Amino acid sequence: MRMFHSIWTLSLLILFIAIIIWAWSSSRKKEFERAARMPLDDDQSTDTKRHG
Amino acid sequence: MSPHSDYNYRVVKQFAIMTVVWGIVGMAVGVLIAAQMAWPVLNFDIPWLTFGRLRPLHTNAVIFAFGGSALFACSYYVVQRTCSVRLISDKLAAFTFWGWQLVIVLAAITLPLGITSSKEYAELEWPIDILITLVWVAYAIVFFGTITRRKIPHIYVANWFFGGFILTIAVLHVVNSAAIPVSMTKSYSAFAGVQDAMVQWWYGHNAVGFFLTAGFLGIMYYFIPKQAERPVYSYRLSVVHFWALVFTYIWAGPHHLHYTALPDWAQSIGMVFSLILLAPSWGGMINGIMTLSGAWEKLRSDPILKFLIVSVSFYGMSTFEGPMMSIKTVNALSHYTDWTIGHVHSGALGWVGFISIGAMYYLIPRLFNRDLYSIKLAETHFWVATIGIVLYITAMWISGVMQGLMWRAVNPDGTLTYSFVESVQASHPYYVVRFIGGCMYLGGMLLMAYNIWRTIFDSSERATTGSPVTA
Repeated sequence: MRMFHSIWTLSLLILFIAIIIWAWSSSRKKEFERAARMPLDDDQSTDTKRHG
Repeated sequence: MSPHSDYNYRVVKQFAIMTVVWGIVGMAVGVLIAAQMAWPVLNFDIPWLTFGRLRPLHTNAVIFAFGGSALFACSYYVVQRTCSVRLISDKLAAFTFWGWQLVIVLAAITLPLGITSSKEYAELEWPIDILITLVWVAYAIVFFGTITRRKIPHIYVANWFFGGFILTIAVLHVVNSAAIPVSMTKSYSAFAGVQDAMVQWWYGHNAVGFFLTAGFLGIMYYFIPKQAERPVYSYRLSVVHFWALVFTYIWAGPHHLHYTALPDWAQSIGMVFSLILLAPSWGGMINGIMTLSGAWEKLRSDPILKFLIVSVSFYGMSTFEGPMMSIKTVNALSHYTDWTIGHVHSGALGWVGFISIGAMYYLIPRLFNRDLYSIKLAETHFWVATIGIVLYITAMWISGVMQGLMWRAVNPDGTLTYSFVESVQASHPYYVVRFIGGCMYLGGMLLMAYNIWRTIFDSSERATTGSPVTA
């Protein structure tokens, strides 16, 4: 059980580091830029409809 | 086309209005019990009005009724707009609204009657706990169901925070509320002794971490970019912010049990993880505030943005203070004193309160397709509330540190320098200041209620779409 806990904790740490590397990889850059604009762009699709 | 044919704004409106209503109720109870601390005669010798019964009513009302309604409203609004799809079920969404209101009303009846499981922030007895579970499952179905039907492939980061909050609260509530009922109004915890204490604070601190933090960070990541009209400062930082919070918060609970029967190693883990938490918390704070970089001048004229940005500053302050207080030697001074109350309220009034208020000022005029009745009144609200918070937390800091020092002071012969009642007497002026600060914060909420009332019933229809409120 103790062994399992150690392995589990270690794998979570590795997973977290992997997430950081993934988030900072240049392949993510474009999609994240698009994602960051999501709340700003959501008006166009619906508010115009709402008041149109 | 009717204004609400695309999205389910009905349930958002309902929760948004109740956010303001329950905010006033919960804060009014808070002001009453703050007054009782200064002038104990104010419990009128009526059992239902004693501090011990009204305090849990205050915490439940502000956290779950005010904060909860704000979270329901914002998460339903954000998930629809960022997924570009209507909530999957109007009926289930309506059930979450009426179910949640029923939970709140039942809490307001049972707690003053003294019906309590006596678990902090989880005082409600088992039948109400079952109702909470049902509402929460419905909430999860509506929220995650809507995400699965999204028309936009990417799941915006705010939804990750809302999702993490919903999922974690479900687990925390079910585990911590596990109990053996002996009658309709009485149950005993399924856990005992130090295990019970640990489960309680695993619940309690993660209620702070996921209900009062992750959920409201979801609000931050949508409404700050929206009101500032700028994308979030760093999207990748927001992703790491989310995962770092999820990975570390879960471990921090033991810091509530320093110097108790909890094993020493568990206390140390709680302390270390609380200190680590400083990193993601400040990463998130920087991300929220820096969203405004290049547009700082907006802060001068826009009270909604003031609420949102000052809220994030309080988030930074209290997430710095928290880790410091989790250090065992600091905790030896701060624990059981008013310092803790001050810390909690810099988070509650400053962070959770202000981000909710800012989001409601943004949301309600749009939901009702009206201009905000008075920007000036919102500006007044901001300043009155801010001064109220400053009075509140400085009074509690001074009172708390003084209490800690008085309690530990010993004479050369080893006897205590002060009796307990001397520290109570010394705290009295600070309790009066705290009461004044609380009155100001509540006064601000009343201004908001008036402003929102006039907005809905008297204000002119919104002329423009998508632009920030101008009036």
